[in-house]
Amino acid sequence: MSETVRLYFDVDGEDFTSAGQASVQVKKSLRQLGIPPEIIRKVSIAMYEGEINMVIHAGGGKAEVLICEDCIEIHLWDSGPGIANIEQAMQEGFSTAPDAIRSLGFGAGMGLPNMKRYTDEMKIESEPGKGTDITMRVYL
Amino acid sequence: MNTYEHSVSLDISHCTGCTTCLKHCPTEAIRIRNGHAEINPNRCIDCGVCIRNCPNKAKKATYSKLDRVLKQYKWKVALPAPTLYGQFEGLEDVDYVLQGLLDIGFDDVVEVAQAAELVSAYTRIYLKTEGIVKPVISSACPVVLRLISLRYPTLKEHIMQLLPPMEIAAQLARQKTRREHPELKEEDICICFISPCPAKVSYVRNGFGDYKSQVDEVVSISDVYFSLLNVMRREKAPLPISHSGMIGISWATSGGESSAIFNDKYLAADGIENVNRVLDQLENGNISSLEFIELNACPGGCVGGAMAVENPFVAKARLQTLRRYLPVSQNFLEGENRDYIPGGYLFEKLPTYRPIQRLSDNFGESLRMMSDIQKLRAELPGIDCGACGAPNCRAFAEDVIRGNADREGCVVQQQRKLEEQLSQRQNGEEI
Repeated sequence: MSETVRLYFDVDGEDFTSAGQASVQVKKSLRQLGIPPEIIRKVSIAMYEGEINMVIHAGGGKAEVLICEDCIEIHLWDSGPGIANIEQAMQEGFSTAPDAIRSLGFGAGMGLPNMKRYTDEMKIESEPGKGTDITMRVYL
Repeated sequence: MNTYEHSVSLDISHCTGCTTCLKHCPTEAIRIRNGHAEINPNRCIDCGVCIRNCPNKAKKATYSKLDRVLKQYKWKVALPAPTLYGQFEGLEDVDYVLQGLLDIGFDDVVEVAQAAELVSAYTRIYLKTEGIVKPVISSACPVVLRLISLRYPTLKEHIMQLLPPMEIAAQLARQKTRREHPELKEEDICICFISPCPAKVSYVRNGFGDYKSQVDEVVSISDVYFSLLNVMRREKAPLPISHSGMIGISWATSGGESSAIFNDKYLAADGIENVNRVLDQLENGNISSLEFIELNACPGGCVGGAMAVENPFVAKARLQTLRRYLPVSQNFLEGENRDYIPGGYLFEKLPTYRPIQRLSDNFGESLRMMSDIQKLRAELPGIDCGACGAPNCRAFAEDVIRGNADREGCVVQQQRKLEEQLSQRQNGEEI
């Protein structure tokens, strides 16, 4: 019987200083499971970028990570403003982050491109005004 | 399987089985079993946090006894860590300390601060080497090296492959002894490091990767301090032995090593929790455009070591005074050495990753275990009281599923059960 471990996180959009915590938790769990370091790195970067995006643009959201024998699936969803033009958002350097965030070193327009680069599969569903739903997979 | 020799140990006779060390251990290496603490050698990084926190002085650093070292060898060379200089009230000149070392029985002194200045010079060269992974992480703190090899395998390539000042000093001391005293046999010579922390003892015993330490014995600053107090009261002027400057002395405190790379793209963090935070963030790939990272496990840097005597911040203040009128550096690379690091100062192989946290070697089994841990954790009270002997409820759940603890060990859960039984019985009697 194949077991699936589910990790769930409520990503707080109010407190920017705590952004990135879920990614750290995921990394710890993946280490315990004995996942190879290169995979852990890919998953935690993708997770981190997604988490930061939800905090910057959507005032927070939810994250779920499913780990099974052959795959790690990261599912992020929020009720933020949504993405008007996904193709444009996927381009490196394209950013709609406010200046205050940029001054912290975020908002360089690498979030979504990095999520795609570090995962094997990525699916974005978004509706302006309703929210964004992202599913990423890394195969083991 | 554990072949690593530790330098932090427990004196069971002093341990009351309280939960202080349990709560402070940064790698969750301690459990309370059978009324006293137990240290898991596979997880322990010899950081000394438990030594610093134990209210009963049951946690001890193991190191060589000064008396024994002084008696055993014919030719003893002292390698004082710069932290030693910060231990003395009103010290005006480092030479008083160095003269004191000769007076208590050492035959020669080579300052680690001197070697540190060379390491700083070599670091500036190292940072210009093509193909190195940046940011480069300092190799000076042995706790950080072990922490990275156990918990941050992806960061191994960032570690600077340049030996720490203690080792360079040991090599210089041995060369000097052989040159000046060719009559001495190898077993007559003792290169003795005077250490602020137990982690250096472990480094010397175990080496790092393929590298074997050149230090023969490690004694504690606290032991040497008390011996020195007796001889340093003398009124005679010391011999002018010291040959280090501001840079070398600054290595004793956090930020000192970094400031000597003459480049503002550095980060210096101290205290094991802060070190963990920096490494986590670095692993996530979001510390950009840095050249160098200096990490010290102890608060304040080496002055905060568990084998030092003085409060680290007081020691730091004294070192500031001590270095005020010193030249920036007194150790320079000359001639053809100016843009090349001697091979003997580099170490080749990084230690292999030992996955301490892994639940099982079989991935399917790991998944099942993690799922069981999650289930058990949800049943536990979540108050992290430590009464079961594990540092928190999650660690307890892990111990149970790994088969290292008894499910009945949760005191709070047991009490709830008892209360339920009691109330059932009372209800039964009423009917």
